[in-house]
Amino acid sequence: MTTPRRETLEKLTPVLTKRWLSPEAWRIDVYEQLDGYAALRKAIAAHPDDLIQLIKDSGLRGRGGAGFPTGLKWGFIPQNDGKPHYLVVNADEGEPGTCKDLPLMTHDPHSLIEGVIIASYAIRANRAFIYIRGEAVHAARRLRNAVQEAYAKGYLGTNILGSGHDLDVVVHSGAGAYICGEETALLDSLEGFRGQPRLRPPFPATHGLYASPTVVNNVGTIASVPYIVLGGPDWWKSMGTEKSSGPMIYSLSGRIANPGQYECGLGVTLRELIELAGGMLPGHNLRFWTPGGSSTPLLTADHIDVPLDFEGVAAAGSILGTTATQIFSDQDCPVYATYKWLEFYHHESCGKCTPCREGNYWMVGIYRRILSGAGTHQDLDTLLDTCDNILGRSFCGLGDGATSPVTSSVQYFKQDYLDYIEGRKAPRLSAKQLVGAH
Amino acid sequence: MGFSDATREKALEIIARYPADRSRSALLPLLHLVQSEEGNVSPAGVEFCAEMLGITKAQVGAVATFYTMYKRRPTGDWLVSVCTNTMCNVLGGQEIYDRLSEYLGVGHDETTADGSITFEHAECLAACDYGPVMTVNYEFFDKVDPDTAVHVVDQLRAGQRPQPTRGARLCTLKELSVQLAGFAEPREEAMADGPAGAPTLRGVRLAQEHGISVPGFDPETPIKSSRGDGAPAAQAAGVAANKPASDLKPAGDTAKPQDRALKEAK
Ligand SMILES: Cc1cc2nc3c(=O)[nH]c(=O)nc-3n(C[C@H](O)[C@H](O)[C@H](O)COP(=O)(O)O)c2cc1C
Ligand code: SF4
Ligand code: FES
Repeated sequence: MTTPRRETLEKLTPVLTKRWLSPEAWRIDVYEQLDGYAALRKAIAAHPDDLIQLIKDSGLRGRGGAGFPTGLKWGFIPQNDGKPHYLVVNADEGEPGTCKDLPLMTHDPHSLIEGVIIASYAIRANRAFIYIRGEAVHAARRLRNAVQEAYAKGYLGTNILGSGHDLDVVVHSGAGAYICGEETALLDSLEGFRGQPRLRPPFPATHGLYASPTVVNNVGTIASVPYIVLGGPDWWKSMGTEKSSGPMIYSLSGRIANPGQYECGLGVTLRELIELAGGMLPGHNLRFWTPGGSSTPLLTADHIDVPLDFEGVAAAGSILGTTATQIFSDQDCPVYATYKWLEFYHHESCGKCTPCREGNYWMVGIYRRILSGAGTHQDLDTLLDTCDNILGRSFCGLGDGATSPVTSSVQYFKQDYLDYIEGRKAPRLSAKQLVGAH
Repeated sequence: MGFSDATREKALEIIARYPADRSRSALLPLLHLVQSEEGNVSPAGVEFCAEMLGITKAQVGAVATFYTMYKRRPTGDWLVSVCTNTMCNVLGGQEIYDRLSEYLGVGHDETTADGSITFEHAECLAACDYGPVMTVNYEFFDKVDPDTAVHVVDQLRAGQRPQPTRGARLCTLKELSVQLAGFAEPREEAMADGPAGAPTLRGVRLAQEHGISVPGFDPETPIKSSRGDGAPAAQAAGVAANKPASDLKPAGDTAKPQDRALKEAK
């Protein structure tokens, strides 16, 4: 393993991850010793509108994948409308490759709760829900404990710190459905229905939970808020790039010496991240990678110097997404990798719309055929045609996302497909495996 | 099977978490609750939820069948899940799944003959930096290989409770389902279990070791006030209330990047 150079080390910006070093930070008394709830005290003395403006000034953009400006989203909530307002935290983390929200909630749950209280105060919400992925049991355990502790200390409940503001928080566990990460499906699920996306408009800002004004934000977005309240927007913008401000947790997995979470200013490059991670595994050369989860088009070794911020990745033809950088080498097969992702999309498609439900089903079948050595040249055209019929025609982003690995792998690695089709590469799936496949 | 009074009381407690006229929000936790008593969601469990919420069994059934964590058939005390999504898969997850499946003599979503272990493959469990992973009742065993995986299930079948790499010491699936229904962890020691693993801390440790921090942090930085200088800016923005509050599509505002990938692939 190689030690990163100083200039690369300086790309690290430990902010949201910093308290993870304190093994007991999930306890409220320890959290309080580490700046905990100082931001709340400061925020609750300010006017809610000034907090919305503060978040706008910081340039904070959503950490859930789309990068929507957070202050703008909060500002869309109509005020003095006589309706209850809601804050819903999207803790359904399930995009393949993404693994930043669960450690945050497990090791520093109060930072999320503090952010929830501040955000709720800003948008005038008296109820907040944290919708956490069902399988994330340890994170949920710590989070529920933290909520209880916060009530006991008067940070939650009625008349928080004498401000006159009331807030109740419920931690709501999901039950195993990736689609519930899509914000409108999440709201349906939270209302006790199947998690299927809703037609938009109307948007959650006016017709969200229980048809009331609702802000839905990712865990990382809300957990950023206390730091902005404390350090101010100028400090926040000292990290990242002009249009993509602040620190971001990059989740590195795969063929590198030290997979893990690396918090850097937005705009760091994969070359730098790999250096921080101690280099590629011996004997492995970078071949393809996802900049932000499997729903973002694959990039290649040629893209190693692309700045990983919203603009830089878009210019390279992909999407920053959740900054889940899954790193694959020359020993991994892009066709097989895509096949496994498609099995995922096929399994997780909620079935509401035809292009996604049927398209993913057919594409899985085509991948099985190609990987078992029975593919034809026509299959490649059919794959792209199917993507054409899914992309932009499906009801929500899951369908669009499913086309990403397919089109990008055909774009960059067509030869790999042809090698299976023309018999130069041994079949990866046997006929036996196909019999049992479902 | 009739549900106990204690369960009924818990159900009322769950319902009370949600706004009075929105009790249906309690359905997911209620389904976890009936699973905590029966080990799966049975027709009786569906009926119980329907009765508690004043909705039809068909409405409950439609929801129960949508989510993978609600099991339709009886389960064992131990739910063993192996991640076979792409990253874990290429790192060896498929071999782990295949080996366990053969060893236990069961396939996906099946329970061993002795009734102790329910087996499944899982999609990405948000632990790719620890891959390949498997979970027992959703607690993580990291960086497993076929041999260590077999050892874990051997211990389970011998009545032992192997300690997960991260997360809390094991409890049964029924006990865990009470927590999924939103109730507190009763075991104080379990709350403290599960120190952060090395991959989780890798970046922040590196920064610490090399004395890297973000300069200029002053917690006393004042929050700018717009009081007194006319209409507050945020209020003005709020007027644009019916604009999209969020992205239309998950990973970006438009499908443009994907469009480009599609075009170039063609
Ligand atoms: C299929 C799908 C899955 C998604 N999963 C998540 C998720 O697990 N967590 C998340 O925060 N956002 C997820 N999103 C994005 C949300 O719809 C939404 O944009 C986000 O929660 C907004 O929060 P932010 O503005 O703070 O990023 C998903 C979107 C789609 C289409
Ligand atoms: S695109 Fe897929 S997940 Fe989204 S609504 Fe259609 S079927 Fe459901
Ligand atoms: S692929 Fe297994 S945890 Fe992500």
